[in-house]
Amino acid sequence: MMKRGWKETPIRGIILEAGSSHDYATGGWRKIKPVLDSAKCIDCMLCWVFCPDSAVIVENGKMLGFDLEHCKGCGICAEECPDKVKAITMLAEEEEEEIA
Amino acid sequence: MTAEKKAKCSTGLTGNIAVAYAMKQINPDVVAAYPITPSTTVVEEFSSYVADGAVTTELITVESEHSAMSACIGAAAAGARVMTATSSQGLALMWEMLYIASGMRLPIVMTCVNRALSAPLNIHCDHSDSMGARDSGWIQLYSETVQEAYDNVVQAVRIAEHGNLLLPVMVCLDGFITSHSIENLCVFDDDTVKGFIGEYKLNQPSLLDVEHPTSYGAVALPDSYIESRRQLAEAMINAKDVITDVAKEYEKVSGRHYGLMERYMMDDADAAIVIMSSAAGTTKVAVDEMRKRGLKVGLLKPRVFRPFPYIEIADALKNIKSVAVLDRADSYSSFGGPLFTEIRSSLYELDKRPKIISRIFGLGGREYGVQDAVKIFEELLKIKETGKVDKLYNYITVRE
Ligand code: SF4
Ligand code: SF4
Repeated sequence: MMKRGWKETPIRGIILEAGSSHDYATGGWRKIKPVLDSAKCIDCMLCWVFCPDSAVIVENGKMLGFDLEHCKGCGICAEECPDKVKAITMLAEEEEEEIA
Repeated sequence: MTAEKKAKCSTGLTGNIAVAYAMKQINPDVVAAYPITPSTTVVEEFSSYVADGAVTTELITVESEHSAMSACIGAAAAGARVMTATSSQGLALMWEMLYIASGMRLPIVMTCVNRALSAPLNIHCDHSDSMGARDSGWIQLYSETVQEAYDNVVQAVRIAEHGNLLLPVMVCLDGFITSHSIENLCVFDDDTVKGFIGEYKLNQPSLLDVEHPTSYGAVALPDSYIESRRQLAEAMINAKDVITDVAKEYEKVSGRHYGLMERYMMDDADAAIVIMSSAAGTTKVAVDEMRKRGLKVGLLKPRVFRPFPYIEIADALKNIKSVAVLDRADSYSSFGGPLFTEIRSSLYELDKRPKIISRIFGLGGREYGVQDAVKIFEELLKIKETGKVDKLYNYITVRE
């Protein structure tokens, strides 16, 4: 993201463009990350509905994974993924993704 | 002279009623207020104008001063011209919102009718309330008389809304002493005020501009907060020139001169008192008495406390031998009042600095008379003679 000097920053702390929060990567706050097991996922979209950061990537009705630039690692997706499925595991940031 | 024709002089009004009358002539879009002594009659009188249809203002009666300033902030962010009034505990309750108003650069004009802060509970004049808010990013103008209060309110609108500033302005006048005393003053006709303040146009999309949606009051983390605050500092640096320019323009329509400060008998003075608001009038009488005795004394009355005109103040005091800064508020630093410490600091750059003392006076409405000022002048002349300061910081008008 462009970092403006104080003279170029819009005054009064206002944000002049809509949707600018997409450009602001907040994933760095995360301590644990969601990992998807695509083989188990039934594309029910519950994780997409519940994710408070809109960090679940969906295309053409398919759950594809996570936008880790914005995911905060809250674990709500893993919690809401149906009990019979449990396709999401929360792992520590530094842990390898071993789920095949 | 056209200025005289347009102005209705010798109208007898109290300070608060004069402020309300100025507000009527300004006809702000929104006034949100909560009553508190001694500012109450400003809004009380203004609400009659609203009820009578003399103004088109939306008057929002709220449940506290915190809400009053919050409503002012919301309305100002929506692009409205906004005014309010308060005093003392009311200003204290607005505290967190004062910083939001200035940080969001909302040109709100607020009259602060100066009153002491509790405890002990006291409804009378001192400057503890507005002095406490001195670092909140608001411009502060202090008024000696009813006329000055009226004139400052009209000028404040132009100052606040100036494109280089967009800063909230606090117009201060002394509780009861000025707010409730009737003085003769000149008031303009409505059209002159309208012409002077002009239309208010926000130069950025407002909160209600659905064509250009914007976010107001967003979070700014360490990567952007300081840029915003630096802009606020720059606006305050620019404010000195804007206040001076607006005063010059105002002089053209009113015939009354305003600047950053008033200098009274200062040109050849050896000793000077620096004092703000109504007590400056009392001090002028003392200056006249001392002058009759052949003693060279003068008075410096700052009108603008924020921004602090440190260069001009140092210039005004550079040839004075001994100076007393009289604060109607204490900062409880054990060093001196708020006006004193900033003036003393302003003098630091001078090669030859005057001796300077801090005297706290008149807290909670304690009377300050001509004799009090005379005593200070006599002390100053002694300091000039001996070159010695006995007490840097002390109280006067107090029973020992
Ligand atoms: S962990 Fe939280 S933020 Fe990240 S994708 Fe899951 S629900 Fe969204
Ligand atoms: S909740 Fe579980 S099963 Fe449903 S889409 Fe998300 S990961 Fe797949």
